[in-house]
Amino acid sequence: MIRFILARLVKAAVILLAIMIFNFLLIHAAPGDPAAVMAGEAGATDEKFIADLRARFGLDQPFSVQLWLYVKSMVQFDLGFSYRQNMPVADLIWQRLPATLLLTISAFVISLVLGVIAGVLAASKQGTWWDTVISTLALLFYATPLFWVALMASLLFSVVLGWLPGFGYETIGANYTGLARALDIGKHLILPATTLGLFFMAVYMRMTRASMLEMSRLDFVKTARAKGLSNGVIQRRHVLRNALLPVITLAGLQAGQIVGGAVLTETVFAWPGIGRLLFEAISQRDYSVLLGVFFVSAAMVLLFNLITDILYVVVDPRIRLT
Amino acid sequence: MLAGFKRFTRNRGAAIGLCILLVVLLTAVIGPLIYTDSPWKMVQRPFLPPFTVDGLPLGTDALGRDVMAGLVHGARISLLVGLVSTVVALLIGVPIGAAAGYFGGIVDDALMRFTEFFQTIPSFALAIVLLAIFQPSLFYVILAIAIVSWPPVARLVRGEVLSLRSREYVEAALLSGQGTLQIILRQILPNALPPIIVLASLMVATAILLESSLSFLGLGDPNVMSWGYMIGTARTVIRTAWWLSFIPGIAILLTVLAMNLIGEGLNDALNPRLSRKGR
Repeated sequence: MIRFILARLVKAAVILLAIMIFNFLLIHAAPGDPAAVMAGEAGATDEKFIADLRARFGLDQPFSVQLWLYVKSMVQFDLGFSYRQNMPVADLIWQRLPATLLLTISAFVISLVLGVIAGVLAASKQGTWWDTVISTLALLFYATPLFWVALMASLLFSVVLGWLPGFGYETIGANYTGLARALDIGKHLILPATTLGLFFMAVYMRMTRASMLEMSRLDFVKTARAKGLSNGVIQRRHVLRNALLPVITLAGLQAGQIVGGAVLTETVFAWPGIGRLLFEAISQRDYSVLLGVFFVSAAMVLLFNLITDILYVVVDPRIRLT
Repeated sequence: MLAGFKRFTRNRGAAIGLCILLVVLLTAVIGPLIYTDSPWKMVQRPFLPPFTVDGLPLGTDALGRDVMAGLVHGARISLLVGLVSTVVALLIGVPIGAAAGYFGGIVDDALMRFTEFFQTIPSFALAIVLLAIFQPSLFYVILAIAIVSWPPVARLVRGEVLSLRSREYVEAALLSGQGTLQIILRQILPNALPPIIVLASLMVATAILLESSLSFLGLGDPNVMSWGYMIGTARTVIRTAWWLSFIPGIAILLTVLAMNLIGEGLNDALNPRLSRKGR
C-alpha cells in the first residue's frame, strides 16, 4: 500500500513539473515581452518592476537558464507577484483556496451521493415511470450549461422565493461566530454547491444505472439468487458494491471538471474562491495570477486523483497486489 | 451500415434529437438571410419584453438590440465552433492514438503519457488560460476547445487500433507489401470508425457547452454574437429582465440535448452489442 502511494506521488510530482514547464512555455509563447506578460497588462506596471522581473528570471540569459530559474521559484511556492493586487500570487491563492475546497468537495459529495442513489433507484425500478423520470432528468442536467443553471437557481431561490442567499460566502456585517457562522456559510453554500454538482450528478446517475444493470446479469448474481438470498441483500451486497467501482474511477476523472466548473459557479455566486480570482484575473489581464491559479487547480486535481486511487484500493482488494 | 441507419431512426430519443438539430441547423443557415442586419445593431428601446412589439418577437436587450437576431446569429456560431473544434480535435487525437496503438512500445508509452498529461490538467482552466494569453478570436476559441478535447479521442483510437492490429486481414495486407501508413488508413481506421463517430457526436455537444461557457466569461470572439455572450451581458440585469438570460440558455440546452440524443442513438445503432437497450 505504501509503495503504491509512493509510486502515485512520484507520478503526481512529474506531472506538476510538466505543468510548470508548460506554464513557462505559455509565457514565452504569448505575444510580447515575457517580462511584460508576467507583470500584467502594459501600463499597469512601472519600469523598475519589469527590470526586477528581468533580473530575477534571467530574461536576458539563455532559455535553459530561464527555465531553471522559473521552475526553481515555482518549487519554492513562489508563484510570482500580482502587481495589480499588490500581493504575492501564492498569498492571494492561499487566502481563497479554503472557499474553493469547501465548494468543490461539497459539490463532489452531493453529486456522488445523490447520483448513486438516483442511479440505484432507476436501475431497481427499470422500465417504470421512476426510471423514466430519473433518466430524463439526468439527460436534461447533462445538457444544461452550468453557468445558466446557476443563474436561474439564484433567480428562483434567492430573488423570487427568497429562501436562500444568492451570492457571497457569508452574511456581510453579521459577525456570526462559531456554530451560527458555520450555519450561515452552509446556507450560502447550498445553491453554489448544488448547481455545480448537478451536471456530475447526472453523470454518476447514468453510470450507476448502467453499471448496476450490467452487474445484475452476471453469473455471481444468479448464484446468489439460487442460494436464496433476498433481492435487497443481493442488490446491496453483491450488485451495488461491484457496480460502484467504475463510478469511482469516473469520479476521479471528473475531478478536473469540477475544479473547472468552480470558475463559473464562483463567478455567478460571487463565491470568494480561486475560480473567482481567475475570473478577475482575466479581465485585469493579470497573467501571473492566471498561471498561478492554473497551476494550483492542476495540483488540486492531482490530489483528488490520488484520493480516488486510494479509495479504489480500499473498495476493491483485488487491486492491492498490482 | 444500412441496418444501423434503420435502428437509428427507430430510436425515439434520436429522432427527437434529430428534429431539434434540424431546426437549429435551419436557423443557423437560413436565419441570417432573414435577419440580414448585424445582431449588434440597436433597433428599439432597451428592455422590451418578448411578444410586446411587432417584428421583435423576443424583445430587445439592455442596449436595445434585437434578441431574436442575436439568437439566430448565435446558432451559427455555436454549431460552427462545435463542429470545427471537434474536427480539429479528431485531427490531433486520431493520429496520436493510431500511432500509439499501432507501434506500441516506447512510442505508445510516450504518447500515452503525453495524453495523460492533457487529461489531468483541468481542461476548462486550460482553455481560459490559453484564451486569456492569446487573443480571443474565433480561431483561438476553436483551437483552445480542440486542445482540451482531443485526449479521449486518442485513448479510444489507441484501444481500437490495438485490438484491430492483430486481425488476419491486417496481417494479409502486411504480407501483400502495403506500407504502414496505408495499412493504418485503409485497413484499420475504417473499421474503427463507428465508435469514433459516436464519440465525435458527443464531443460536438461538449464543445458547444464549452464555447458558451467561455463567451459567458467574456473570452469569446468580441466580434461575433454568441449565446454565451448574450447570457454573460444579461447577467447584471437578471432581476429586471430575466428573460434575456433565460432564452439563450434554453437555446444552448436544446442544442446540446439534441446532440447528446443523437450521439446515444448512433451508439445504439452502430454498436448494437454495447447498446443500452438490452440492459
